[in-house]
Amino acid sequence: MQLVIISGKGGTGKTTIAASFAYLSENSIKCDCDVDASNLHIVLGGEDIKSEAYIGAKVAHVDGDKCTLCRACEDMCRYDAIKDGVVDELKCEGCAACTVVCDYDAIKMKDEVTGDTIITKTSKGILSRAQMIVGAEGSGKLVTDVRKNALSYGSKDDMYILDGTPGVGCAVMASVTGCDIALIIVEPSQSGLNDFKRVLSVVEFFEIKPLVCINKYDINEEVTKDISAYCEAKNIDLIGKIPFDTTVEKSINELKPIVLYENSMAAKEIKNIWKKLNDYTK
Amino acid sequence: MKICISSTVDSINGLADGRFGRCPFYAIYDDETKEYEFVENEGAKAAQGAGIKAAQIVVDNGVDVVITGSLGPNAIRVLQAGNIKIYKMLGDKVKEQVGYYNEGKLISIDKPGASHMGIGK
Amino acid sequence: MQIAVLSGKGGTGKTTVSTNLAKLINVRYIDCDVEEPNGFIFLKPQDIKSKEVSIPVPYVDEDKCIHCKKCVDICQFNALVHTDRVILFEKLCHGCGACRAVCPTMAIVEKDRPIGKIETGYSDDMECLSGTLNVTEPMAGPIISKLKGMIDDKTTIIDCSPGSSCNVVKPLLGVDYAILVTEPTEFGLHDLKIAVELVRKMKIPFGVIINRMSQEDNATSKYCKDDNINIIGTIPFDRDIAVMYSKGELLIKDEKYKKMFTDIMSNIEEAIGCSL
Repeated sequence: MQLVIISGKGGTGKTTIAASFAYLSENSIKCDCDVDASNLHIVLGGEDIKSEAYIGAKVAHVDGDKCTLCRACEDMCRYDAIKDGVVDELKCEGCAACTVVCDYDAIKMKDEVTGDTIITKTSKGILSRAQMIVGAEGSGKLVTDVRKNALSYGSKDDMYILDGTPGVGCAVMASVTGCDIALIIVEPSQSGLNDFKRVLSVVEFFEIKPLVCINKYDINEEVTKDISAYCEAKNIDLIGKIPFDTTVEKSINELKPIVLYENSMAAKEIKNIWKKLNDYTK
Repeated sequence: MKICISSTVDSINGLADGRFGRCPFYAIYDDETKEYEFVENEGAKAAQGAGIKAAQIVVDNGVDVVITGSLGPNAIRVLQAGNIKIYKMLGDKVKEQVGYYNEGKLISIDKPGASHMGIGK
Repeated sequence: MQIAVLSGKGGTGKTTVSTNLAKLINVRYIDCDVEEPNGFIFLKPQDIKSKEVSIPVPYVDEDKCIHCKKCVDICQFNALVHTDRVILFEKLCHGCGACRAVCPTMAIVEKDRPIGKIETGYSDDMECLSGTLNVTEPMAGPIISKLKGMIDDKTTIIDCSPGSSCNVVKPLLGVDYAILVTEPTEFGLHDLKIAVELVRKMKIPFGVIINRMSQEDNATSKYCKDDNINIIGTIPFDRDIAVMYSKGELLIKDEKYKKMFTDIMSNIEEAIGCSL
């Protein structure tokens, strides 16, 4: 059973909710698919038991001794990544078109390490995550690897909780593909509604069951109504509305999941959502 | 006729691999010589399009039948374009698969598991 | 003059900062968060014109193809296969042209494949641009590059996507100043450090805005002070702001927030040594 938590928009509370679920399900295996900016390990703590360099890209390298500065590569490159026989690694797409047009065999493609995949042993089970080198490419494939690493610690029947990536692009698709349920966290704002609709179409494209919860629903009851109506019209289950709660920020800064705060209204609702989720996973 | 089985290791005594695109080896059985040959799957290391690259390797080896667990829509599209039939593996050992195939015990696969690059639909 | 607004973490207030600043100083605004563009919600530009963005993808002329498979071998993205003919997987193609360059018989021509759109409009007399990637398209890069290509000498504020990957690097290329928007939480700090590493790697001068600030002394402020990072502004943790934002309203409509952004602007001018 694979549950992925996504939102389209950034900062809607994915990690807060994922960390809570991680606590509420002792035996689940956790996956932080937000490889650009992973945060789950900050809350879950624990120690890293495995780390592997991840080769995520190829970059062109020019052999200065062979290069005649004929500039054929410069004319060929559609990414403006070569100038005067020097490759700008931040612009290079790794496409190798430059190697085709070089008559002097001066350009070679070389593997580039773009990050690390890490396995962290937390008090609540295994967490698979990654750390990307800033500015690197290939996050979709890296997400796939993070998920694959997680699978190697469990079996098909285990519960997997995936903290997703913001957006709707490659990394998000890699996060949701093959999952059973996508819990979409929506923030009741014009931006939130906009992004929710976009990310929902990704979930539908991959034929994954969408479930929706609204976070900070009381910030804007109008938009909350719009979201509820939209879900109803599309026949999507809205399984929770989390109230705005200042304890959430406190919990992040005390590095504890919100569900550990007895009097928190948000925690109460997150526990309800978790209960409902389990009805779907049976 | 050549039968290709996705494999976890380069030995017929090993386990067949349920993943088509990212399995490390292909065991290729030639029913004329009755021998197995092992080919490394370069596609497993691909940053993107692993299933496509893997299917290309299978096509290039002149395979007629593939026995595996699941594959994405891209790999299916390539194998079907190459007129290769796809079957779902049974049990777990590489060496058992050809027998099952000859006995007609294998179910054919024509639908992918979801893939994030599929052009499908 | 190009000013980019970024943050490692999502949802820290990049769009709030970039739309309000752009409107306040009345300069061009560009939304480079093409996966989830929201700037237009706040700026509400009129007379929107939309243009499709395409990438060139190969098309093989069967009559000229000699089945040498060179195009398949050169493609670094596994977008081409060869069975009895060459097959293209469009969504994997980066439009780099390597296959066309390597083909010995010139059997490959290129066709445009749409992957998204760029919209331009005017909010009063302020120019607004926004890119949108079609849903289920994996590649944001070409749209971002096209948006960047539309920038001339005029002062421009660039709203970036969250994270630190190549989709954030592309809008940052050639930028004069970067504003890093963060929030005073442990998550915010962790991701701010990633963003700082990125702008330092790219040698871009930068300053930090702390959003949703509730206490003066917090780990983020301390980190900035210890690392000599210029804090160019703070935005209070305030329910009114959240409500205005949720309705899609600009904060500078309210005098007290207008003053807040005017102060931020002065701090940026001081940092870059010229007026905006």
